[in-house]
Order: sequence, then C-alpha cells, then structure tokens
Amino acid sequence: MIPSSFDYHAPATLAEAVALLGKYPEDAKVLSGGQSLLPLLKLRLGQAGHLIDIGKIPGLEYIKEEGGMLRIGGRTRESALERSEIVQKRYPILVDTAKVIADPIVRNLATVGGNLAHGDPGNDHPATMLALGAQVVAMGKSGERVIPIDKFFLGLFRTALQPDEILTEIRIPAPVEGSGGAYVKLERKVGDYATAASAAYVVIGTQGFVERAGIGLTNLGPTPIKATAAEKYLIGKKPETAALAEAARIAAQATEPSADRRGAVEYKREMARVLTGRALKKAVERAGGK
Amino acid sequence: MGTVSINVNGVDFTREVEPRLLFVHFLRDVLGLTGTHVGCDTSQCGACTVLVDGEATKSCTLFAVQLEGRKVTTIEGIAQAGKLHPVQQAFWDKHGLQCGFCTPGMIITTCALLDKNPKPTEEEIRHGLEGNICRCTGYHNIVKAVQEAAEKLPAARGN
Repeated sequence: MIPSSFDYHAPATLAEAVALLGKYPEDAKVLSGGQSLLPLLKLRLGQAGHLIDIGKIPGLEYIKEEGGMLRIGGRTRESALERSEIVQKRYPILVDTAKVIADPIVRNLATVGGNLAHGDPGNDHPATMLALGAQVVAMGKSGERVIPIDKFFLGLFRTALQPDEILTEIRIPAPVEGSGGAYVKLERKVGDYATAASAAYVVIGTQGFVERAGIGLTNLGPTPIKATAAEKYLIGKKPETAALAEAARIAAQATEPSADRRGAVEYKREMARVLTGRALKKAVERAGGK
Repeated sequence: MGTVSINVNGVDFTREVEPRLLFVHFLRDVLGLTGTHVGCDTSQCGACTVLVDGEATKSCTLFAVQLEGRKVTTIEGIAQAGKLHPVQQAFWDKHGLQCGFCTPGMIITTCALLDKNPKPTEEEIRHGLEGNICRCTGYHNIVKAVQEAAEKLPAARGN
C-alpha cells in the first residue's frame, strides 16, 4: 500500500518545525514515530500534503524527574519508557501501559507524545494520563503552553493542539506516600486495540481513606474517558471491596462504547466495570492499602 | 524527489527517492535486497523487520527518507564470510521454520532480542517475538531455535 504524494520536511529545530506547521496550517502533519500516521496514510484513511518529521530535532527524547514531576519528552519511544529504571521503580502504571501497546517492534518507534497527540480513543496512554492527572506541553509560534490532560481530548482524533503546535513534553505528578496506579487492558490478541481498558490511580491518606482518585477508560467512547463521578464517589471512602466495586459500576456508566468486532455495547460496558474493578484493586495494592 | 543516503549492511547507498517510498520497498525494489519480506503491509506480521542502528524496526511502516544517515542491517547482512550467523544456524538446526516466509523477520528480531537480553527465559522469548507472526510452526520450534542461539552465541562471539 502506497500513500499519496507529500512533501517531506526534516527540520533541525523545534522553531523550524513550528514555522513549517504555520506555513501549511491546513495540510501538514507531524511525523513522530509514525506508527499510527503511516498506517493511516498507507490505507489512505488520511492524507497530508506536508509531513514534518520531528525525528531529527535534538532533545525530545528523555525521561527525568524534576520539580516534583516526571517529565517525558514528546518523542520518547515506548520501548524507552518500558525499560526506564525510574519508571519501573516509581511509575508501574506506565509500564503496565507501555507494554500492552502494539508489539515490541512497533514500540521501538512509537512515541508517547504521538500516542496522545493522535487523539485516538483506542490508544492506551490517554486513559493512564487522565487517571494520573498529567499535563502536556505544547510548543507553538507564540511559545510554550501547558494543557491539563482533562482539557486535551476534544473529540475523535481531535485534541486541544492548534494546527501549528507540537506536543513536546508530558508531565506527571511524582508519586506521593500512599499512592498507586495500574492499567488493565483486555485485548483479543497481542497488538490489538483494547476491547476495553481501565487506568486507576489512588492516593490513600494515613487514616486509610481515599484522598485522590483517578480513573481513565480506553476505547469506550469517541474520546478517552475520565470517569469523574466514580472518582468523586471514592473520595473519603475506605478502599475496600464494596467501595471499589461501586466505583467500578459508576465508571462503567460513563462509557459510550460502540459495537464492533471486539464486542457488543453491553459486553464492552460490562468489561469496563470488571477491568476498572481490577485496576482499582491493583492500584490500592500498589499504594500499600492492602 | 529527494536524495537519501543510508548505510545498508555496511555499504553506503545514495539514491533519489520519492518521500512516500516505504523503506521496505527501498530495500526490495531500489537495492534489490529481497530477503526482507512484505507480509501484512500493516505493521502487524513482522516479516519486514530490519535492524536500524541495532533496533528491530518494521520497514513497512517507515519511509526511506526518515533513515538519512542511519545504519541498517537486513537478513542479507548477518552471515559473515559465507558462514551462517549463529541465529540462522539455530533456526536451521531446530527446524524453526516451515515455509520460511516469516523467517527473515524472526531472525532479525531474535538478533535484537539476544543483543539486549543474552539469556532470555522462555517467557521473555515468547513476549519478545510478539511482533512476529508465523502461520506454520506454532512457534514451538522458533522458541527452541532462539534458546539454541542464546546458548551458541557467546562462543561464536568468542566470549
């Protein structure tokens, strides 16, 4: 399969890349790892007159803790995230997520920024970032701005990024005492998009009550879903079986799945409930709550 | 059209290409290196896997122009001095193939896997090969071949 023709640009700096995007506002796409973009172009589900390859721009691949945040460079490969010692040690929810994205070879090219900027509700990072309360940094012609992740996903393949903006960094609050997170995905086979998946993050206070909760859902509606009502329900509760089950039930009500080869609406909604229950349980365990 | 320079199996090639030319077609149609296969053409099967600067990469989901200045190894580049690479020999010895279509990708992925993890467990091998699909063998002998290669490689490398 051969994509339609395009002009290829490989800018050496971020400023150059932003300028190019500004020059072709209706007709340019950012090429990061290309693992979602190339299939779209090859299948001709998408088209772009200009591809702006950010692969030659230095300083976009890093994972570091700084100022109470984990900072992930936009072009950081999924494989790097998966292998990162600091991520393995302090952010196991990110390892859960990275290792179920596509397959190991695809993960050598696929990038964390691309997984978010693509705006695909079937991608795995969005749910995790929603649960963690992440922020993304976007660079445009008027400089840098920070977008909270719950304001980022606007619709199917639509994000808060302006046509001339590039996602340069993801910021995740560093774990605090009593915090834990997990991502649980149901897939038909390796490399498939989720039938349903759930990310859960909890902070349990010293008295044993939930102080913060985050729940994100994958492929269960036109956008990644933040299960706000379920999160609110958990605040102030002891993270015990009944409360977690009730939160999972409420989370499933926030879903709007569509029927496809992965399952019927009822099935997917039920899987949302089951998987959220499991993700919460694991998150609580990792938080040291049980 | 633009010019791209890529080192493939130790040789520098500079060619005029259309930006939309996929790297797998660059290898097969421009350089005539047909050992890298096109299977699914949708980055699932792994038959097109090559090493880019040592990392296993699906060449059907990559434009040739992206590889300016990079070093690539294909299945044609791993045997040295007419002698099969230990991973190739292990696939032969353990019957890690039937029709052979997926084999170039399997071998390249195995090389990358063993490079990162010289002594993988069976589970690590099976997870490591998740991006390569074989429709003949049921994977059983492929896993055995990787285990055999892991045993033989250190001696072949002289350590």
